[in-house]
Amino acid sequence: MSDGSDANGRPWNLRESYLFDRAVIAEIQRAAREGIYDIRGFGAKRRVPHFDDLLLLGASVSRYPLEGYRERCDTDVVLGTRHAKTPLHLRIPITIAGMSFGALSAPAKEALGRGASEVGTSTTTGDGGMTPEERGHSKLLVYQLLPSRYGMNPDDLRKADAIEVVVGQGAKPGGGGMLLGHKISDRVAEMRDLPKGIDQRSASRHPDWTGPDDLEIKIGELREITDWEKPIFVKVGATRTYYDVQLAVKAGADVIVVDGMQGGTAATQDVFIEHVGIPTLPAVRLAVDALQELDMHRKVQLIVSGGIRSGADVAKALALGADAVSIGTAALIAMGDNSPEYEREYAKIGSSAGYYDDWQAGRDPVGISTQDDELAARFDPELGGRRIANYLRVLTLEAQTLARACGKTHVLNLEPEDLVALTIEAAAMARVPLAGTDWIPGAERSL
Amino acid sequence: MTANAPEATAVEVVDLAVTPLRELNGRLHELARDGAGPRHWRVVNPNGAHAVACGLDAELEVEIEGHVGYYCAGMNKLATVRVHGNAGPGLAENIMSGRVLVDGSASQYAGATGRGGLIVVQGDASSRCGISMKGVDIVVRGSVGHMSAFMAQRGRLVVCGDAGEALGDSLYEAHLYVAGEVAGLGADCVEKPMRDEHVEELRGLLADAGVDDVDPASFRRYGSARQLYTFKVDNAAAY
Ligand SMILES: Cc1cc2nc3c(=O)[nH]c(=O)nc-3n(C[C@H](O)[C@H](O)[C@H](O)COP(=O)(O)O)c2cc1C
Repeated sequence: MSDGSDANGRPWNLRESYLFDRAVIAEIQRAAREGIYDIRGFGAKRRVPHFDDLLLLGASVSRYPLEGYRERCDTDVVLGTRHAKTPLHLRIPITIAGMSFGALSAPAKEALGRGASEVGTSTTTGDGGMTPEERGHSKLLVYQLLPSRYGMNPDDLRKADAIEVVVGQGAKPGGGGMLLGHKISDRVAEMRDLPKGIDQRSASRHPDWTGPDDLEIKIGELREITDWEKPIFVKVGATRTYYDVQLAVKAGADVIVVDGMQGGTAATQDVFIEHVGIPTLPAVRLAVDALQELDMHRKVQLIVSGGIRSGADVAKALALGADAVSIGTAALIAMGDNSPEYEREYAKIGSSAGYYDDWQAGRDPVGISTQDDELAARFDPELGGRRIANYLRVLTLEAQTLARACGKTHVLNLEPEDLVALTIEAAAMARVPLAGTDWIPGAERSL
Repeated sequence: MTANAPEATAVEVVDLAVTPLRELNGRLHELARDGAGPRHWRVVNPNGAHAVACGLDAELEVEIEGHVGYYCAGMNKLATVRVHGNAGPGLAENIMSGRVLVDGSASQYAGATGRGGLIVVQGDASSRCGISMKGVDIVVRGSVGHMSAFMAQRGRLVVCGDAGEALGDSLYEAHLYVAGEVAGLGADCVEKPMRDEHVEELRGLLADAGVDDVDPASFRRYGSARQLYTFKVDNAAAY
């Protein structure tokens, strides 16, 4: 007889549906119970083609490598060389992405500033304005201009080292923001000119411009207000990336930020996170194509984000043509988010270390994604800052190791020619050959 | 040019037909940093230029003789900017303080996201006047277009003429006063009783804006029903 059972004692003859698996069943029943869609933090959880599907070709007989630890492999990058009087000089090509005060606690924002400043890179404000702590602890701070314009003010604009016009975000291209009432403390309410405790909606479109022609005029105004000093970034969620990048360049951007669909968020509908936008991998390729076609590659710098975790991800993004990357989720994890240390606390709120994504809820036991003073007080910004600095150093060392192995004296010298793909999908999207072949699916077809 | 003339009376004239915009704005900004220099400026031949007199941060009087394009007096602080003509989209967007006065009409998004100060438009303002306003006061002698005061958070919008469709859609705590017809109210915007305190508030605003020929008691008041303040599934149709 074949009536055995699996490790959970479930008889083998029970068959779970592929379409209606237990997670799908649980979600249907949750929706039926609560009558509202699931809002959560984190990025897409489904598997999509990513940098893991690429490999670097180290040097051998036909190329020679650099001597590890002896021969220099530089990592500095300058952003905003096109129009700005004072471009941003970063010591490493890894920046901290925009995350709002409101979504994150004040000590968490401080830690990001401390860590980034220690290794010579920038942090970014978010949908909620600039706090003095953040400005104080970030040597280089990028100030976001978002559709909500919460806290927007010309003094902060002048205090910033660069300005980022946010058109969209990879987690929700075409979507607005949301900060649920339980995260609206007095301070957050005050900064955003809204009553305390209400669910705050952020608009999905800018209030005073629509379309690329207006964007050009808007960028012109920001330059006039700041006397043409500051680099102006334009951030887009990855969708029609080729066209969006070209339009942003034509509108006068100094730097383009492209955020792939895996990009993290503090609070977005799950259906949005998982189903809108294209992965980071094809987005880099399309952005570089757009820049090259305009003869603007390396003149307008490209920052890529969405799922950057390791120095390998950094090296591969740069090899595909990015000038820098930025990180959100990984930075929170580096500061202790989802750490097994907090397993018991996660269990109390119905989650588990490694699964926690309720960054919208404000009950973060680690004190990062909360506005609760007691929870936030658990988080030590100095320790958090050290961890961010350590993590950024490791990413940099890893990227350098890989670049040296490919014979590069600067990480920005990595190139598509150093890459091969493990899957046909990745080969087609990144437009590098499938490993062991000279086949780039789709390459014969022009864009 | 009268750059070194006695400050109180001197009027610095800048001709945008010959002076680059960047130079004009740069000089106006320098006054905030240095504190010295002429306080009264006349800008001639604006010819619809964008971003004229934006980012000011000092107690200046700037008179603009003609029409301006987008974002005139954007993010203004402290200064008084007068446009003797019409203004394009985004007039005084994100104004913090000071005054922006337009003799003619203003295009869409006048006073968008403004956080303080006063805007007075003698003619009409177009659609989305006061969109997402966060504390600014806006007084329009004529009418405003559709979706005005969309998501307006704080501050006061006074319309002496009519208001277009969907006034105050998704309104937060801004106060809206309209003397004429309202074509339609947006989601969560309702008419509220005009009590004495509101008549007084309006009287003060009108006086401040130099409007003395309309009766504050003839206005209707609109505000938020506050039904969309927390996300409830029963309101799904309104979102
Ligand atoms: C907690 C959190 C808050 C965020 N807030 C903002 C924001 O205010 N503005 C914005 O443009 N992007 C925001 N983002 C997106 C990040 O800027 C960035 O695009 C994304 O995190 C990159 O992907 P990664 O998380 O995989 O590194 C946020 C992301 C997170 C995780």
